[in-house]
Amino acid sequence: MLDILFYVFSAITLIAAVLMVLTPNAVNGAMCMIVAFIGTAALFVLLEAYFLAVIQVVVYAGAVMVLFLFIIMLLDVDKGEGATEYNNKLTIGASAIGFLLLVMLVFTAFSGDHLPELGLTAVTENPEVFDGGVPFTTSSKSFGYSLFTKYMLPFQVAGFLLLAAMIGVIVVSKKHDVAED
Amino acid sequence: MTVGLNAFLIVAGLLFAVGLLGVTLRQNTLVIYMSLELMLNAVNLAFVAFSRYNGTMDGNLFVFFIITVAAAEVALGLAIIVALFRRRQSVMVDQLNALSH
Repeated sequence: MLDILFYVFSAITLIAAVLMVLTPNAVNGAMCMIVAFIGTAALFVLLEAYFLAVIQVVVYAGAVMVLFLFIIMLLDVDKGEGATEYNNKLTIGASAIGFLLLVMLVFTAFSGDHLPELGLTAVTENPEVFDGGVPFTTSSKSFGYSLFTKYMLPFQVAGFLLLAAMIGVIVVSKKHDVAED
Repeated sequence: MTVGLNAFLIVAGLLFAVGLLGVTLRQNTLVIYMSLELMLNAVNLAFVAFSRYNGTMDGNLFVFFIITVAAAEVALGLAIIVALFRRRQSVMVDQLNALSH
């Protein structure tokens, strides 16, 4: 049952990603992108990372894609001059060949028995901290444990990064005087 | 679930390849940016798969940080694109070639 779900969600994610890349309209691309993100969230659920699945839906499919749609509609790039795409045949050919080479690389690298097939270990509900780090659990409590013990410094740096990004956005989007520069 | 780690890695690799195809193929800066997000997403999937099959929480925490950084990056990148559009009235990469002349 879970295997069928894996194939279904993988197919949905990949098809939505391909449609996002190939559709000429940017708004349709953003919609396909939301489907791809939600498909990835479903794969996270299959991997028993429930907290990350929720974060993925809220942050990516929610906030990030709303921001994208907002900017696409604000700029209205599908109309007017410059809306022509795929104008260079050489670009299309080179991209297609590069894509096929990458796909072949992925299949040859991962489909053989080069990597050992690991079995799924049983997952506990509650985290127990031991010396080798936090073991995999389904509860979001282990996120809290790790963030405030092993990953304290990266956590603080991430907070500072968000502050810096906020100030940067304010500075970049401020209305400049054109004559000034 | 009998699906192995390699199946998840193949899906992640294919997602990354599709994202790279979008970056190289498209002219619209916004679509290129969405493809970049897709590539980040593929890496997230590989991280979570490794974390689950390895039995540790570290991969999941890395994904947590990657999502944080990606959110900050999206806000800043879109602000830059809007500033660019204000000045050049276009977001197509073949028209944003002032440095090549």
